[in-house]
Amino acid sequence: MSASAEATVLITHEVGLHARPSVKFTKLAKTFSAEVEVALAANGPWFDAKSIVKVMAAKAPKGTVLHIRAKGDGAGEAVGALVELVRRDFDEGVDHARTA
Amino acid sequence: MPEPLKLKGIPASAGYAEGPLFNLEPVVARYRSKATAADERLALETAIGTATGRLAKLIQATEGDAADILEFQLAMLEDDALTGPAFAAIAAGQPADAAWRQALDAEIVGYETSDQDYFRARAADMRDIRDQVLRALTEDSAAAAPAGAIFYGDDIAPTRFLETDWSAGGGIALKAGSAASHVAMLARSRGVPMVVGLGASPAHLAGVALLDAEHGGIVLAPTRAEVEAFRQSSSSFAARRDRAETFLTRPAVTKAGTAVRVQVNIADPSDVDGIDVSTCDGVGLMRTEFLFGKTLPDEETQYRAYRKVLEWAGNKPVTIRTVDAGGDKPVPGFTVEEGNPFLGLRGIRLSLARPEVFRVQIRALLRAALHGNLKVMFPMVAVWDEYQRAAVLFAEEQAALATRGVAQKIPPLGIMVEVPSVAIAPEAFAEVAFFSIGSNDLTQYVMAAARDNASVAHLNSVRNPAVLRLIASVAAFGRAQRIPVSLCGDAGGDPAAIPALIEAGLRDLSVVPAQLAMAKAAIADVSI
Repeated sequence: MSASAEATVLITHEVGLHARPSVKFTKLAKTFSAEVEVALAANGPWFDAKSIVKVMAAKAPKGTVLHIRAKGDGAGEAVGALVELVRRDFDEGVDHARTA
Repeated sequence: MPEPLKLKGIPASAGYAEGPLFNLEPVVARYRSKATAADERLALETAIGTATGRLAKLIQATEGDAADILEFQLAMLEDDALTGPAFAAIAAGQPADAAWRQALDAEIVGYETSDQDYFRARAADMRDIRDQVLRALTEDSAAAAPAGAIFYGDDIAPTRFLETDWSAGGGIALKAGSAASHVAMLARSRGVPMVVGLGASPAHLAGVALLDAEHGGIVLAPTRAEVEAFRQSSSSFAARRDRAETFLTRPAVTKAGTAVRVQVNIADPSDVDGIDVSTCDGVGLMRTEFLFGKTLPDEETQYRAYRKVLEWAGNKPVTIRTVDAGGDKPVPGFTVEEGNPFLGLRGIRLSLARPEVFRVQIRALLRAALHGNLKVMFPMVAVWDEYQRAAVLFAEEQAALATRGVAQKIPPLGIMVEVPSVAIAPEAFAEVAFFSIGSNDLTQYVMAAARDNASVAHLNSVRNPAVLRLIASVAAFGRAQRIPVSLCGDAGGDPAAIPALIEAGLRDLSVVPAQLAMAKAAIADVSI
């Protein structure tokens, strides 16, 4: 049977789930074999969290509650790690607001 | 012998370059279609592979912001969701170039139409990605730029800048472009001369050109005399720059030993990242318009931006100017359309007319004041009442924050001196904490000559005796009343204007970071 997990996290990064953060986000998502998706609302639409094109298309600005869900091997770890990344502000501060 | 052709533009990265002009044409379809869909598919795969390889190589040779932009582009190119639609179109019978262009253009539209600034700005990256692959597709017909070439065109992509070898000289001359663009920032950090805003050119240009990116101009088909004069200016600039560098780390002092404070003007919190705080005396002007893009910024966004700069500065002063929208800086949903915007609802007038927006900025400033040596000034003040009303809003917001238990502090409140009424009768403002002379606006209002109008540029001079007399009188008033006076317009960093400003009594100038060394060197030459 395949595992599944879901969580929400508030995006506090200055420019939202934007160029630089989305590179980090998709890179991390790709390290898990589980199918991972993100959405801006509980009822979707859901976007492939491993595709930067799709994640950017979600256009999630600062202040968005991001929904993350995963299905398959390591689903729980995948969601946990991605939530942590968003919570850590993608490991960067306001200094990148302009060019990010 | 063709006639010399001269175009005027705006300097984006100071310096001189002499070399063959290289036309940066938009990528045109010179692609030759292949026989089968399988061949088209292979052609696109190969081109994407070439572009990906180049990006990866560039990333290794790049760091900081530029590398991050490239990482983003690489991640995009490696994503099947981006390339998939193009391959589907090829399978349906399209040639590779058209399939790629259509697929990317569809994606680009999504960015261009976003209501969020940060996403809209990524459209340029997406176009860059599109063109990199198109260039790889049409490689055999694309000419490489010769060494030391002056790139000429509408705009230049960051990747094109980064993959160019600038060690042999060369420069950038753009018809459009912006001195605030990413490429302009890269050009300044690499010392590549760059001029923007040359406007539409009369013909397809070619041949040797002289690029003067100190004053902002380019000469084509120059005469022998023009070449000689250019080379002289070029070597004098190089000598001045080398000499100036030695002044950067020292405090600014005139020949006679008079100390002059030199602060920096910044437009964005990230501007301070590249500045060693020990080379300046603080931030004389932090603009806040950058925060007011498409949408009005919330309190937290502003607070974090202000706090970042205050913490960078340590105990040195940071003078933040409340939003100076209006005039040539419209903000959708905030400014109003006017027939004569420079004489209309701009600066403090607009902030007072829209107190609900102004109060958000005030709260952010009151909270940020705890994190450093903050001073706040109001732009475009014309009468005492405006200062007083703004100060009352500060007091009201402070009381409200205190009631809610939020830590805050009222910073010293000063005004910009840029409307002639203030410069002529500063005694009406004897209670302000400080004056900061905005020489750009003061000059254009005194001379009735717009600063963005080339046909009256000869009138727009801070060294006109009328302007200098006003500056001297404000400086004298400040000394008599013990009110600090500084100057934060472009004149502060102009070596040609600095002696006159010091003679007018100013001892505190604020300049753009790139001019710090030159300004200090110019001050050292003054014998007052």
